[in-house]
Amino acid sequence: METPTALVSLIIGLPLLGFLLNGIAGLSSENYRAKKPLIGILANAAVFLPFLISLYLFIGFQGGSDALVVTLFNWITVGSLSVDIAYRIDELSLIMSLVVTGVGSLIHLYSIGYMNHDPGYWKFFAYLNLFIFAMLNLVLANNLLLLFLGWEGVGLCSYLLIGFWYTDMAKSDAAKKAFLYNRVGDFAFLIAMFMVFGTIGSLDFDAILNNLDLFSAGSVFTIGLLMLIGATGKSAQIPLFVWLPDAMAGPTSVSALIHAATMVTSGIYLITRLSPMFVMSPEVMVIIAVIGALTAIVAATIAITQNDIKGVLAYSTVSQLGFMFLALGSGAFTAAMFHVVTHAFFKACLFLGSGSVIHTMEHVEHKLHDAGKHVEFDPQDIRNMGGLKDWMPSTYKTFMIATIAIAGIPPLAGFFSKDEILMHAFNMGLGEFAGAMYFVLWGVGMVTAFLTAFYMFRLTFTTFHGTFKLPSVIPGAEGSEQYLHESPSTMTIPLWSLAGLSVVGGFIGLPNFIAKTFTGEEGHINWLHEWLYPIAADIPLTLSVPAEWVLMFVSIIVAVSGTYVAWRMYGSDGQKESDAAVSNRFGSLYDVWKDKYSLDEVYEGTIVHPVVNFSDRVLAVFDMKIVDGFVNAVAGTVRLFGSLIRYIQTGVTSSYALFMILGVILVLSMLLF
Amino acid sequence: MELLLNIVIYLPLAGVLAVLLLKDGPSVKWTSLAATSATFLLSIPLLLNFDIASSAVPQFVTEGSPILETMDVKYLVGLDGLSLLLFMLTTLMGPIVILSSWDSVTKSLKGYYAMLLILQTASLGTFAALDLVVFYVFFELSLIPMYFLIGIWGGSGRIQATVKFFIYTLVGSLIMLVALLYLGFNAGAATGVYEFTADWRFISSPEYTIGLVEQTYMFLAFALAFCIKVPLFPFHTWLPYAHTEAPTAGSVVLAAIMLKLGTYGLLRICMPVFPNAFMEFAPWMAGLAVIGIIYGALVAMVQKDVKKLVAYSSVSHLGFVVLGIFAFNTIAVQGAIIQMVNHGLSTGALFLIVGMIYDRRHTRMIEDFGGIAKSVPVLAVMFMIATLASIGLPGLNGFIGEFFILLGSFNSVLYSNITFAVLAATGVILAAVYMLWMYQRVMFGTLDKEENKAMLDLNAREVGLLVPLVIFMIWIGIRPVDFTDYSEGWTENFINVTESKSVAVLENTAQEDLPDWTAAFYGINDIESESQFANRD
Repeated sequence: METPTALVSLIIGLPLLGFLLNGIAGLSSENYRAKKPLIGILANAAVFLPFLISLYLFIGFQGGSDALVVTLFNWITVGSLSVDIAYRIDELSLIMSLVVTGVGSLIHLYSIGYMNHDPGYWKFFAYLNLFIFAMLNLVLANNLLLLFLGWEGVGLCSYLLIGFWYTDMAKSDAAKKAFLYNRVGDFAFLIAMFMVFGTIGSLDFDAILNNLDLFSAGSVFTIGLLMLIGATGKSAQIPLFVWLPDAMAGPTSVSALIHAATMVTSGIYLITRLSPMFVMSPEVMVIIAVIGALTAIVAATIAITQNDIKGVLAYSTVSQLGFMFLALGSGAFTAAMFHVVTHAFFKACLFLGSGSVIHTMEHVEHKLHDAGKHVEFDPQDIRNMGGLKDWMPSTYKTFMIATIAIAGIPPLAGFFSKDEILMHAFNMGLGEFAGAMYFVLWGVGMVTAFLTAFYMFRLTFTTFHGTFKLPSVIPGAEGSEQYLHESPSTMTIPLWSLAGLSVVGGFIGLPNFIAKTFTGEEGHINWLHEWLYPIAADIPLTLSVPAEWVLMFVSIIVAVSGTYVAWRMYGSDGQKESDAAVSNRFGSLYDVWKDKYSLDEVYEGTIVHPVVNFSDRVLAVFDMKIVDGFVNAVAGTVRLFGSLIRYIQTGVTSSYALFMILGVILVLSMLLF
Repeated sequence: MELLLNIVIYLPLAGVLAVLLLKDGPSVKWTSLAATSATFLLSIPLLLNFDIASSAVPQFVTEGSPILETMDVKYLVGLDGLSLLLFMLTTLMGPIVILSSWDSVTKSLKGYYAMLLILQTASLGTFAALDLVVFYVFFELSLIPMYFLIGIWGGSGRIQATVKFFIYTLVGSLIMLVALLYLGFNAGAATGVYEFTADWRFISSPEYTIGLVEQTYMFLAFALAFCIKVPLFPFHTWLPYAHTEAPTAGSVVLAAIMLKLGTYGLLRICMPVFPNAFMEFAPWMAGLAVIGIIYGALVAMVQKDVKKLVAYSSVSHLGFVVLGIFAFNTIAVQGAIIQMVNHGLSTGALFLIVGMIYDRRHTRMIEDFGGIAKSVPVLAVMFMIATLASIGLPGLNGFIGEFFILLGSFNSVLYSNITFAVLAATGVILAAVYMLWMYQRVMFGTLDKEENKAMLDLNAREVGLLVPLVIFMIWIGIRPVDFTDYSEGWTENFINVTESKSVAVLENTAQEDLPDWTAAFYGINDIESESQFANRD
C-alpha cells in the first residue's frame, strides 16, 4: 500500500475501529464497561492519532498543488453511475480535518472527566468516535455521495448523542427533532445530487467543477437552492434552525463538538467546496446572504433573552453560523472558512466552559442532597449562578477570553474573521447585482455584531461576576457555595488550549490591507486566503485601503460599545433589573424574542399537527372503511368461505400438507416426464 | 449444478415428508432446521458457479419434454440474473424462519413446520421456474401454506385475515390464469410448432411479439395479479390484516419473500412480454407507486400496533420497488432488484424483532412499552440497525436501493418529468418520521411498567438470527457491487430487448387495424414515439 493510501486509511479507519472496539466490547461485556481508563484511552487515541497524521499531511502538502486523491475501493457501479470510496486531500479538506480531529481530540480528553460518572461511558465514547469517523468522511470525501454518507452519518451520531440520556423523553424528542429537520434538508440535497448527475454524469468533485459550463443558468440556480436548503438543515439556518437549540439536551461535550465546532459547519464546507458553481448564480448568492444575515439577527435577539447558559450559547451558535452564511453569500468563502475555524475554537471553549460550570452546579445539587436538603434547581440557569470566578478561576479566565474573541474585540480570533465577513458584505453593496440588498445585510450584520458582544458579556458577567445567587434564590441552598469547585485538569487543559487558540487563531487570516498600508504593495499576510485560493472562488474585494480601515474601526467601535453596555448593565449583579429594563425598552418585541419567534409552535401548528391528524383521522379511516370496504363489497364472498374456515379449524393439518405435496409431485412429475 | 438446483428446490419438500413421519416433538424442529440449513448450504455453490458475464441467460437449466406433442408445457427451471439474488435470499431466510419460532409455537408442530417447508419449496420454485405454467403452479402453491399458517397459528382475528388474504390473492391469480392460457395459445401459434407454449425463454425473446390490443388486456391481467401480491395501492388492504395476525415466521416469509413474487413477476413477465403496454402504463403505475409510498408512510405513522406499522411501511417500501421497475432504465431497475433483497432483509429483521418483543410481553401495542432500551440493550441495538436500514441511512442497504430507484426515476424517459421521483423522495423523510417516532415510544423514555422492567434481553438463538441479516445490511450498504453485479447483465439485456420489441410492434402495426382507443393510447398517430429513446442515458 502506498504511503498516502495507508495514512488516509488510518485517518478514516482509526475512529471507526475505536467505535467498533468500544461499542461491541461494551455491549457484550459487563466487565469491559467498568474499564473506564482503557475505554477512554482507546477512544482518545482513535481521534488523536488521526490528528497527528492530518498534521503530517498538512505540513507535507504543497499549497496550490493538485489534490491528493486516495481511492480505497469501488462503492457503487450501476448503469452509468460509478462512485468510489475515495478521499481527497487538499487545502480545504486538510483545514477541516485538522479542526475536526484537533478540536475533537481536546473534547475527547475533556469528556474523560466530564462523563466519568456516567454509566454509559463506553457508549458515549463509541458514539463520539463514530461521529469523528462520519465527519471525516464528510470533509475528506472526493464525491458528493460519499460526502452525503458522512452528512447523514453525522446526523445519526447527533441523534444518538442528543438523545444519549434517553430515559428523559424530552431529550429523545430533541434528538428526533434534530434528525427529522435534517432529513428535510437531506431530501433537498438528494434532489440536487440527482440533478448534478443528470447533467454531469458523475458525482466526483473534479468532474463537477471541471464541467461547470454544462450547467444551464437555470439548473445552477435550482441546484444551488436545493443544496442551500440541505445546508440550512445541517447548519441550522432559517427556516430549519429550530432543532439546534433543542439539541443542547445532549451532554455538553457533544454540544461543543457537534453542535458548535464541527457538524453544524458542514453546510458551509459544502458550499465552499462547490463555490465555483455557486458564484455562477448571483441570485442564489443573494438568497444565501439574506438567509445568513436574517438567521444571525434572529438568533442574536433570542440570545439576549435566554437564561439557560447552554441556551444562550446555542442561539449564539446559530447566529454565528448565520454570519458564515452571510460570508458565503457575499462571495467571501475564505472568510466563511476562517470563521468556521475561529468559531470552532472559541465556541468549543465556551461550551466546554459551560460544561465545567454545569458540572460544578450539579455537584452542588448532589452535595446538598447528600446533606439531606432536597432542593431542586436548574443547574444550567444563570440566575442561580454569579460570582463563580472566585471558585473556578481557570473556567472563568478561559470563558472570558473566548467571550472577548466572539465579541469581536481585537486582536482575538473572532475579530478578524467577523471583520472580514462584514467587509465583504459591504463590498458586495458596491457591486452591480443587488447592491442595495447587500448594504442592508451589512447593516444587519453590524447590529448583530453589537448584539453578539452584548449577549455574550451579559452571559459571562451574570455567570461569573457579582455574588453567588443560589443560596439566596433557592430556599434550602444556603451555604451551598462551599461545594463549588474547579473542574479537574482533564477538563481545564482543553479549556486553556482552546482559549489559547481563540487568542492566536485570528492570525491565520490577517487583513491584507494592513500590509498594503505599510508597504504600499499588495499584501499577502492573510495566510488562509493564500492557502485556500485554489479552491475558494472568492469574489475579490474592491474597497480602497482607507475604506477598509474605516470599516474596521466601525466594527471595533460596535464590538466595544456592545461590551460596554453589557458591562454597565450586568457587570456586577443586577441581571434581573437589567433584563427588565431591556424588556421595557422593547416591549412586545422582547416577548417575541423571548418566545423564540414562536417558530416551533408555527411549525407544529401548520405542518406537524395537520399531517398527523389528517393521517390519523382521515387516511387511516379511509384505508379501513373506503379502500378495504370497497374490497369487501366487491368480494362479497366472505360468508361463502365461512364453511371452508370451519373445516380447517378442526382438520388435521398434517394431512393437508401431505395432500399438497402429493398434488405438487403429481403436477411436476407430469411435466417432467 | 442442474441437479443441485433441483435438490435445493425440493429438499425442503423432502423435509416435509420426514417431518410428517416423525412424532410431534422437538425432533420436528431439528429436522426442519436441518432441511433448511442444508438447503442454504447447498445453494451457495449455485451462487459461486453462476456466470455473471451471461446473467441474461438462464443457467443450471433443467428442461423436461413437452407434456404433449402440441403443448409446450414442460418442467423448466433455471436461474438467471433476475432470480439468483431472490433465490439466495429465500434459502438464507429458510433456517432463520425456522429458528424464529423455536420456542414460541407449541401448537401442532408437525403441521406448522410442514407448512413452512412447503412454503420454502414453493418460493424457490417460483423464482426458478422458467415455464409459465410451472411458475403458476409454484406461485399458487405458496398461497396455501400461508393460508394455513395464518388461519391456524395466527392471532385472534386470524379468520378474517385469512379469508381476505386468500380471496384477494386468489382473485388475482385466477385472472392471471386466464391471461396465461391466452398467452400460451397466442405464443404457441407464433412458434409454428406448438398450439400452446409456456416457455418463458421464447415468450420473452425478440422473436415473439404481441399485438397492441392483446398486450393491453394481458398486461392488465398479469399486472393486477402481481400488484395485489406486491401489494400496490389500492390493493394493499389484505396486507395489514395478514401481517398482524400471522405468526412471526409467517410475517417474515410474507414480507421477505412472498411480496417479492409480485414485483418479481412484473419484471419477469410484464416487462419483456408486454413491452408496449408496460411502457404506456408506466406513468400510471408510477402514480400508484408514489401514492403508495406516501400513503403507506402516513398511515404507518399513526398505527398503534408495531406490527401493523411495519406492515404499512412495507406498502411504502414496495412502492419504491414498483417505481423503480417502471422507470425502465438500468439504474432504477437495478435499484428495484436490490431493493427487493433489501426489503427482505430489513423488514424481515423488523418482523423478527417485533416477534421477539411479542414473545416477551404478549403485546405489540406501542403504548404498552417505553424505556425498554434499558432492559433489553442488545435488542435495542439490533432494532436500531434494522430501523436505520429501513429508513435508508447511507452505509446500510436500504439507502442503496432507494438511491438507485430515485436517481433512475429522476432521469426516467418513461416518466418524462421529475414529479414522481421528487414526490417519492418525500417518502425518505416520512420513513424517518414514522420509524423513529415508533422506536422512541417503544425504546426511550422512563421504564415505568413492571412487566417491561422484567423483560429479558436477547438470547444466543435470537442474536444468531439477526446477526446474518445485519451483516448483509452492512455488506450491501458498503459493497453493493458485490450484489448488483449479478443482475446488471440481465437488466441491461432485457431493457434492450423490451425496447426493441416495442419498436418492432409499433412498426408492424397499421393504424387501421386498431380500435381507436388503442391507437390513441399508444400514440400510433405519431410514429415519432420511437425516437423517445434516442437521447436516453
